[in-house]
Amino acid sequence: MQSSLLSVTQNDQRLNYRRRQAVNQVMLGLCGVAALIAILPLAWILLYVVQRGYGSLNLDFFTQLPTPVGVAGGGVFNAIVGSAMVVGLACLMAIPVSLIAAFYVYERPNTLLGTLIRFSTDVLSGVPSIIMGIFAYTVIVLTQGHFSALSGGFALAIIMTPIALRTTEEMLKLVPKTLREGSLALGAADWRTLLQVMLPAAISGVITGIMLGVARVAGEAAPMLFTAFGNPFFSAALDQPIATLPHQVYVYAISPYKDWQDKAWATALVLIALVLSLEVVARGVTSWQQRKLRGR
Amino acid sequence: MSVITAIKLKKRTSRWSELVRRLEHGDVIFRLLTLAAGMLVILAAIGIGFELWQNSARPRAEFGFDFLVGTNWDPVIEDFGALPFLYGTLQTSLFSLLIAVPIGLGIAIFLTELAPDWLLQPVGFVVELLAAVPSVIFGLWGLFVFVPVVVKPFAQFLNGTLGWLPIFEGPVFGPSRLAATLILSIMVLPTLVAISRDVFLAIPPSQREGALGLGATRWEMITQNLIPYGLSGILGAVILALGRAMGETIAVTMVIGNNLDLSASLLHPGYTMASLIANEFTEATTDMYREALILIGFVLFGLTLLVNIIARLLVWRVARRIPTESRA
Repeated sequence: MQSSLLSVTQNDQRLNYRRRQAVNQVMLGLCGVAALIAILPLAWILLYVVQRGYGSLNLDFFTQLPTPVGVAGGGVFNAIVGSAMVVGLACLMAIPVSLIAAFYVYERPNTLLGTLIRFSTDVLSGVPSIIMGIFAYTVIVLTQGHFSALSGGFALAIIMTPIALRTTEEMLKLVPKTLREGSLALGAADWRTLLQVMLPAAISGVITGIMLGVARVAGEAAPMLFTAFGNPFFSAALDQPIATLPHQVYVYAISPYKDWQDKAWATALVLIALVLSLEVVARGVTSWQQRKLRGR
Repeated sequence: MSVITAIKLKKRTSRWSELVRRLEHGDVIFRLLTLAAGMLVILAAIGIGFELWQNSARPRAEFGFDFLVGTNWDPVIEDFGALPFLYGTLQTSLFSLLIAVPIGLGIAIFLTELAPDWLLQPVGFVVELLAAVPSVIFGLWGLFVFVPVVVKPFAQFLNGTLGWLPIFEGPVFGPSRLAATLILSIMVLPTLVAISRDVFLAIPPSQREGALGLGATRWEMITQNLIPYGLSGILGAVILALGRAMGETIAVTMVIGNNLDLSASLLHPGYTMASLIANEFTEATTDMYREALILIGFVLFGLTLLVNIIARLLVWRVARRIPTESRA
């Protein structure tokens, strides 16, 4: 009696153990499948954009202005210049502010103001980009009375600021404290220490952060709709509407014309090549940096 | 004569050094500068809310809180209600999380607990690249490839087998809330993965060793120890992804079909707050019309703000326990 009971529970345990192992194997396998699922859309998008866009690419596409519907040829020269201008403007506005504000947050992380700035940064990074567009619209377009490259740059600057600020702060935190203490002990002022000791030590990380920010805002179409507005002609003026690559993709894509839709793919290929190469270089620099640090 | 110049010189240098001392060798100026930059950041965050509020006075005065529950959107007679868009935003973003959360958590678990070292970098890299693909390219691909090839057949299948459920009611369209939901679930994956991976990495190894030492399988360790331990951080990641999904504009605008619709069905074309603004803002000819759109923007801003504050508080709680290298 006793022994049979024991064997029953043993048998149960063995079954139970086998069931648990099976569940374990299946679920862990599913986690691997999830990783595959992430790769699928990326590969599909990249391959398809290259396949559809490659045929329309030639030198003219980079040097000519857009042509009207039905006219073959033409390019997106104005949108390339426009994107460069708007993103450049965004950098001019966002980089100084976010670097200097990052110094404040780094020096006084736990004061009321430091917490408030960090909180505001988090709030800004969560605000949808289209809202930034409305903000730029009410602040600049409404007061000036017309769409402009400047307002587009302003909208992108606000999107970029939290990214640049956050990374700079994290990078400053990674610099060994001894460097800072050494500089202060030699009698250098705070600003000298930050600018000439801390910043150079953190610079590659800071540049990486800025590049990631640029990659992010260069692909933004939503805030461009009613700030930079788009322009079928060439313009390099600050106070005129200006074409940008992502906005051009949008305009071409939702048009009912077949030849414009083909151009949407070509423009998308230019845009995605630009954004992803920025991203790849930035990530490459980071991992190279980490390997160098680990090697020491 | 020379004595007098010497005294003058001394006076000047002492005044100069006095100034330098007062300014702590420039630190006072530097501190004011950093303070000003910081204030600019705070000002921008407050300014957005203020500007949206300030520039939507007319519809607020006209409709009051009825704006939120009004079902009509007719610029011709200037009757504006936000409900169809509020509904579209909430439905698409919540359903997209239903799909994205299991997959995102699966990837995070794979990256932190399972993957061999040589796979870590490539898979992490792919997820980061997915985050870098511009929204408009998701939209382009969605419009011409994903919707006809995947969404429409899938919608027909759902309608055929589960059509008796209100959310899969026909008729079937290509561009629909289902299309927006599926695109969104791909787009929020990177946010989910990045933050929940950081959360898993912040859990001390002793938690894992303890569970495995007591005889748990790895899956039991994950579900019974790691997930409860990091729950607030994971919830934070989910809510942050919700914020992303609610604010996503261009890709959704291109695949959702842009139609006022309050039916339960996911297969019908719909509208979100963000896509409404993207579509109609430049067409808004009257002040009332434009300000109604800005008021929609204010509602969207308020929603994402609320969602983000909750998420940040949850993530901060975990992150403060153990500082992680980076936070998204």
